[in-house]
Amino acid sequence: MTDILQAWWLMPLFAGVLLALSAGPLGSFVVWRRMAFFGDTLAHGALLGITLGVLSGIDLTLALITGSVGLALLLLPLQQASRLSSDTLLGIVSHGTLAVGLVALSLADGIRVDLMGYLFGDLLAIDSTHVGWLLLSTGLTLGLIAFFWDALLAVTVSPSLARIEGRPVAALDLLLIILLAFTVALAMKVVGILLISALLIIPPAAARSLSRSPAQMAALASLAGVVAVMMGMSASFFWDTPAGPSIVVSAMLLFSLSLLKRD
Amino acid sequence: MNQAPLLEASHLSLSFRQKTVLDDISLTLLPGQIITLIGPNGCGKSTLTKVLLGLQKTDSGRVSRRKGLRIGYMPQKLTLDERMPLSVSGFLGLTRDARRADIDHWLARLNITQLASQSVHNLSGGEWQRVLLARALLIKPHLLVLDEPVQGVDVQGQLELYRLIPELRDELGCGVLMVSHDLHLVMAATDEVICLNGHVCCSGHPESVSANPAYLELFGRRLDSSIAHYTHHHDHEHCDGHHHGDHTHD
Repeated sequence: MTDILQAWWLMPLFAGVLLALSAGPLGSFVVWRRMAFFGDTLAHGALLGITLGVLSGIDLTLALITGSVGLALLLLPLQQASRLSSDTLLGIVSHGTLAVGLVALSLADGIRVDLMGYLFGDLLAIDSTHVGWLLLSTGLTLGLIAFFWDALLAVTVSPSLARIEGRPVAALDLLLIILLAFTVALAMKVVGILLISALLIIPPAAARSLSRSPAQMAALASLAGVVAVMMGMSASFFWDTPAGPSIVVSAMLLFSLSLLKRD
Repeated sequence: MNQAPLLEASHLSLSFRQKTVLDDISLTLLPGQIITLIGPNGCGKSTLTKVLLGLQKTDSGRVSRRKGLRIGYMPQKLTLDERMPLSVSGFLGLTRDARRADIDHWLARLNITQLASQSVHNLSGGEWQRVLLARALLIKPHLLVLDEPVQGVDVQGQLELYRLIPELRDELGCGVLMVSHDLHLVMAATDEVICLNGHVCCSGHPESVSANPAYLELFGRRLDSSIAHYTHHHDHEHCDGHHHGDHTHD
């Protein structure tokens, strides 16, 4: 028994499951609010955070979160003020931060950073500290989303009706974005920057045709995510495939299966 | 009943990129009063409504609402994302502080109880308008704001809705602000009409407004075409209420 508890794959599996649990409801909001590109942009911001972390020597997980949350806070007013359409603005910031991050990383002399690990995920690098962070972020995400569920849903369905009814629209938007930034930053080691959006979007998409209410969709999305993580990690374990992409392929399979159920 | 004005707007002005949208508009809404804002497309009706609701700031002037005023708002159009599975009762449950019993009450009052468990994505235009009206009523409004409430509803449905509005006003004792693009069917349902074209052209009792030269100048020429519009509306949108963009009203 102790052998199993100390197995090397336990921490990564735990991390993956935690991530999938919070990605379900968060990803559902991303789908409903058409924020997929926003999530991607935050992931790129996290890479810039890594670069700054490497250069300044602060804890890398902290640097990740700072990069992603910082970018989220920066984007929110910029999006409201800018006359550029939202996807153009996000395109500029998203690819801009990715490029700046990569360039700065290459200039950081003498420091070897495993870039592939950040781009596609690096399960072996997941330790109990990272799992601790994920535990905190998942607990916070699920708790806050459950507590503010009606309000978040009302703001998503119609911001103007919600505002007239006296809901704090801006604060609720901010809450969702910060939770998203946290999850995106912590997802990086599990599935990698390039696949984070997939983990946010595919499980809710798979859950859509099976659900009759928003809450059901969010819960089924979590379940689909957990199954995809388990399938992907098993594939990775038995066939030595890269874990992040295997998880996404598994989620794709689940999505294809969900298409068989047409209502 | 408290007879203090629900809402008072004074000297509202607003322009977008040098184009004047609202020009020195003042109005007062009293409890129990039904006011209809009419005017051609682009006359500033929707903008003024947004200002009164507090969704849009003006360059000058001010809007004062009675303390603790609850506004029920029925938007002209609300499109929901198909990717969210949502039933009618789920949608109504999102109203702030809505109680189950109130939802059932308004569903029954508006004759849409049978829609409760249906998906919001499969409703006809008329059914959706009633659901939106139920949502506005659930807030227990002191003031009901209806932005083009009959858009995409067949003529029969329009008449029913216009009959319903004074009844609802009496049941709730609320004030009503309606927005409409012409005076035809609204006439019987309203106490006062404000005719808008950037500025307030004329205002008063519906009959006096319909005889006012400023109103006739704005609408006189259009009278025939708007009757034609309704006939057209009738054959075309009976079963399916989606508004077609090509049927503009001017």
